[in-house]
Amino acid sequence: MAAARRERGRPDRTAFTQQRLPAWQPLLSAGIALPLFFTLGLAGLAVGLGLHFSSGTIRELELDYTGALGSNQDCARCTNASATSGPCLCTLHFELAEPFPGPVCLYYQLSNYYQNHRRYGVSRDDLQLSGDPWGLRHPAEECWPYRRDPRGQAVAPCGAVANSLFNDTFALHRLVNGSFMPVPLDSRGISWWTDSNVKFRNPELVNGSLATAFWGTSKPPNWPCAAYLLDAGNPNNTGFVNEDFIVWMRTAALPTFRKLYRRVHQGNFSAGLPRGTYRLDINYSYPVLPFKGTKKKTKKHPDLVRMAELVVHNVIREYYVPNRLLLS
Amino acid sequence: MLPCGPSASSGEVICETPNNKLDKFSGTLYWKENKYLLSNQNMLLRGCVLRNTEWCFGLVIFAGPDTKLMQNSGRTKFKRTSIDRLMNTLVLWIFGFLVCMGVILAFGNAIWEYKVGARFQMYLPWDTAVDSAAFSGFLSFWSYIIILNTVVPISLYVSVEVIRLGHSYFINWDKKMYCAKRRTPAEARTTTLNEELGQVEYIFSDKTGTLTQNIMVFSKCSVHGRSYGDVQDMLGHKAELGERPEPVDFSFNPLADPRFRFWDAGLLAAVQLGNPHVHEFFRLLSLCHTVMSEEKNEGELYYKAQSPDEGALVTAARNFGFVFRARTPKTITVHELGHAITYQLLAILDFNNVRKRMSVIVRNPEGKIRLYCKGADTILLERLHPANLELASITTDHLNEYAGEGLRTLVLAYKDLEEGYYGDWAERLRRASLAPDAREDRLARLYDEVEHDMMLLGATAIEDKLQQGVPETIAILTLANIKIWVLTGDKPETAVNIGYSCKMLTDDMTEVFVVTGHTVLEVREELRKAREKMMDGSRSMGNGFSCQEKLCSSKLPSVLEAIAGEYALVINGHSLAHALEADMELEFLETACACKAVICCRVTPLQKAQVVELVKKYKKAVTLAIGDGANDVSMIKTAHIGVGISGLEGIQAVLAADYSFSQFKFLQRLLLVHGRWSYLRMCKFLCYFFYKNFAFTMVHFWFGFFCGFSAQTVYDQYFITLYNIVYTSLPVLAMGVFDQDVPEQRSMEYPKLYEPGQLNLLFNKREFFICIAQGIYTSVLMFFIPYGVFADATRGDGAQLADYQSFAVTVATSLVIVVSVQIGLDTGFWTAINHFFIWGSLAVYFAILFAMHSNGLFQMFPNQFRFVGNAQNTLAQPIVWLTIALTTVVCIMPVVAFRFLKLDLKPELSDTVRYTQLVRKKQKTQHRCMRRVGRAGSRRSGYAFSHQEGFGELIMSGKNMRLSSLALSSFTTRSSTSWIETLRKKKGGDSSNASSPSGGADKTLKV
Repeated sequence: MAAARRERGRPDRTAFTQQRLPAWQPLLSAGIALPLFFTLGLAGLAVGLGLHFSSGTIRELELDYTGALGSNQDCARCTNASATSGPCLCTLHFELAEPFPGPVCLYYQLSNYYQNHRRYGVSRDDLQLSGDPWGLRHPAEECWPYRRDPRGQAVAPCGAVANSLFNDTFALHRLVNGSFMPVPLDSRGISWWTDSNVKFRNPELVNGSLATAFWGTSKPPNWPCAAYLLDAGNPNNTGFVNEDFIVWMRTAALPTFRKLYRRVHQGNFSAGLPRGTYRLDINYSYPVLPFKGTKKKTKKHPDLVRMAELVVHNVIREYYVPNRLLLS
Repeated sequence: MLPCGPSASSGEVICETPNNKLDKFSGTLYWKENKYLLSNQNMLLRGCVLRNTEWCFGLVIFAGPDTKLMQNSGRTKFKRTSIDRLMNTLVLWIFGFLVCMGVILAFGNAIWEYKVGARFQMYLPWDTAVDSAAFSGFLSFWSYIIILNTVVPISLYVSVEVIRLGHSYFINWDKKMYCAKRRTPAEARTTTLNEELGQVEYIFSDKTGTLTQNIMVFSKCSVHGRSYGDVQDMLGHKAELGERPEPVDFSFNPLADPRFRFWDAGLLAAVQLGNPHVHEFFRLLSLCHTVMSEEKNEGELYYKAQSPDEGALVTAARNFGFVFRARTPKTITVHELGHAITYQLLAILDFNNVRKRMSVIVRNPEGKIRLYCKGADTILLERLHPANLELASITTDHLNEYAGEGLRTLVLAYKDLEEGYYGDWAERLRRASLAPDAREDRLARLYDEVEHDMMLLGATAIEDKLQQGVPETIAILTLANIKIWVLTGDKPETAVNIGYSCKMLTDDMTEVFVVTGHTVLEVREELRKAREKMMDGSRSMGNGFSCQEKLCSSKLPSVLEAIAGEYALVINGHSLAHALEADMELEFLETACACKAVICCRVTPLQKAQVVELVKKYKKAVTLAIGDGANDVSMIKTAHIGVGISGLEGIQAVLAADYSFSQFKFLQRLLLVHGRWSYLRMCKFLCYFFYKNFAFTMVHFWFGFFCGFSAQTVYDQYFITLYNIVYTSLPVLAMGVFDQDVPEQRSMEYPKLYEPGQLNLLFNKREFFICIAQGIYTSVLMFFIPYGVFADATRGDGAQLADYQSFAVTVATSLVIVVSVQIGLDTGFWTAINHFFIWGSLAVYFAILFAMHSNGLFQMFPNQFRFVGNAQNTLAQPIVWLTIALTTVVCIMPVVAFRFLKLDLKPELSDTVRYTQLVRKKQKTQHRCMRRVGRAGSRRSGYAFSHQEGFGELIMSGKNMRLSSLALSSFTTRSSTSWIETLRKKKGGDSSNASSPSGGADKTLKV
């Protein structure tokens, strides 16, 4: 630059201005391309083989309990009833021909259910869900039409996502010596840590009571009870931090999705589900038939490691409503 | 005596309105009750240089844009590159494509809302305004237009401008285009045309000041059968170029011009030894001319020559001891080796185009009368005394040799005249000059009579100094398949000579067609003959054409382009005027384009522009015009790219130009290095840019089919905002600014590397569709691979993975990685800056991702940063990384495979050059050495080219003598206005057909 000032207009002699910067000039010659192909091919083969063999131990059982009209499933009557009356109990029996090694996960699956719809996805208020006291009573515009109830009270939690919370419940029993013994289902840790500890917080307790904190708000119209009554006895799993609620609120990417319901890893079943006969009691309250969906329940292995899981699907499938339970 | 001009009293000029006719002017001057008619002869055009006078009175008639020259310069047009235009078309197409996608998705939405969404209202009711599926579809159309608008690359225009700006700076900064002598760097005056420099097919060049320096140098001579002027080493052998010894020392001569250089000491020795032939030779040079001298201080001589040729000859004589010192209308004073000798000047037999020679008749102090003549060899050799036969043949050999080197030659001869004969002849001359009619013819006959049976003295060779490196540049540009046309205001002879010396024309050429017809029919006939000859030629060469083809020759440019053999076309300005008429322009263009070299002489500025316009119109090729003077402005403005030589001729050309530098030779660097790189970079940049935007945006399209066509985006809103401006902009900008395929010296060594640009191979509609296809292919994989994984996957602990936010992070991360790998593949020249930007972009992506998904930001703005915790949860999953890896490999490997196969099986020249480079074949192969090849001398000059007649008379009349010298002279008033009349007549004749009135005076009056 000093040179430039000495002589006006004279260009600098730097590698940059003369476009002579040192540079690496790769050329896709055989020496580079072929080893690259082989390396990637071998790596892909290794990963593929590893995945293939590890996934061989995964068991998955899918049970469809939607109860399509005309099917001979027990849940079919609930389907017919659910439109009008309250909760309906139905049962499903299934055999495990071989043991499911633990931990087994229980999922519910919904098909043809558009949690990824744009208007559905934005219909929530994360400020409210993060426990903000102002936000609790002033739901965001996006929550419409589940923003305020007809009396003008804020809906908590507001929005279509919360309103459509999946509320079927399941209980699993195993036939032991002629009688069905309950299989303990663990609802803890089914959501992400950041969700249940950062993203979802209950509002500050007022006088030690969550119900008081929610005073002046109204429950979502589809809900049978207010948020603070979800798992009411458990302060770590009630209100906005209820894990079933949190799992539901993490909206799915695709129209067919599974969400973790419970884990089986306690008591006699810490090693998994032994072979035998099982009974699934379903508290069938989530209406799917009006829009011709299906619900399923599946058992599935979650990952590459040796585990098994029970997946419960709730499927909303287009124009037929079969009921199946799938175990794997 | 103080000059007191016409300003002392008032006058009035009534004249025509400003127009662009250079050869016409009519007006009337009313001054002091008198009325004077003003014609073109009273006018000086803008840019004229006054010679042989220190001052003159004048009146400015038109100024600025009203001047005839500026009226000739044409309108300024907005220039844009072909890539710009293509880009605009493509953007329109993309916009159409966007609308199509919007329509498809809108229909999808309407159908979905009708069949599914309507039943889904229990969980997701329609908005209040939406009452039907069709209306929902209509709304979704607009939503998708907004979401998918990233296919229409808005940031493209900004990035393109940034890249061009960078390229312009590289041109400005280029040290190899900096002229140290004039201290002028190259300058890109516009920043919008850079990549078009890589596509030039036609160059239109001015001659004087552009190809030549307009400096004449006395370079060689042949005296009495001996040739002088070759550079010799100590032993007297011809030295090779480049090892020049010291020039001849002229210190013995106090009057010598210190700037004069001569390399052959033999000639000076001959002078000093008193060789009578050499003495007579230089005496002739010091006497026979129309130069004026001026001596400001004792011994400081300044010559004012009408043409630089003459100046060079007189200066040569001066340095060899025959110093032309002063002249009066009747005498010439010469210092011959220190002795002042005054010759009586009896007559000047002036130069004209037909005679191609000039003579003086002088009486030396001893009283002997001698005629000295110099002129074109063809003319003069016929007029020699038969006794000179042997000498003439030797001299002819020398002349051939000089001509082979591209020098302008003159033959010198003398003749002794008897006192009695001269008296008789002079009397007849006096009568003839007073004759009322046919004065010209009578004079010519008399001149002819006396210039006979002359004795040959020798020959001179003058080098019309080309600008540095012109032949090399032209040769390289020709090898790069660029056609060069010279458009000059000069005479055909001069132009052709320069054509030879800068290797545009060679003797290897089959034929050089000269078109000089004055009427439409003549010109048409000449053009037709030229075409016929070319086709005959190619038929005889073996690739015959049938007669039918010949019949419809005017419609068959392809036939003409397949011509075998090399031809050149020289066309005169007045013929060009006819050739450019609407019904003949195609014929002319076809003929011209079939020739390897085209020279248009005596053309007006407007014609220059018309020629350029013609090629632009029919050839659809990129044209470049280069010139240095105001007369080139219109051509510079018309051509796609205008280049101005910033030289001695003012700055009009530079101001109108898009690029300027001070040497013609920089043109090769501008085109072959900067232009080529610019084009390459721009094409690579555009391809990648379209690719990355399509890969990015089309994912939304596929996702539309799985989210109820609800205009849900796949990515986080921040990612959409930042993708184009932060994550992917800098690497591609760095590539666009810095990329190089082959080093600069290679693109000079292999001019063929320039061809892809001319053929527009690197970015055209086909390439565009390939990029788009690649982008769409990538987007398909980018969506469906994660889709396949997420449809079934869970996290390691069994918890949910297939949520929307994880999907968004996975797709976004794989997209950023894929396009980064792709830019890595595209980048051929990894400087530190490229490394920094590419790795930096990836790093910044992850940094921003984690920051946006951090707890802190969420706690401050929960509704703005709802992806909290997503990055750490999702990216901790091995399955996500396997997905990303799979996507990357599947997206990139086909590209790698394709490029590898192409490189291996069908390599481009640049690939080969790069490969050779890589293998370090350091041999300087195929270095095209531009040695001067002697050619059989078919091309010799006529008389000093840029000479104009009329000056002899001017001198004899004493009109232009300064008062001081007039005082010394025995000034007798001859018909004092006759000289100016002659001048006018000659000019009028010369400048018919709209050619320049002063075209002969070369730079003096350059139009």
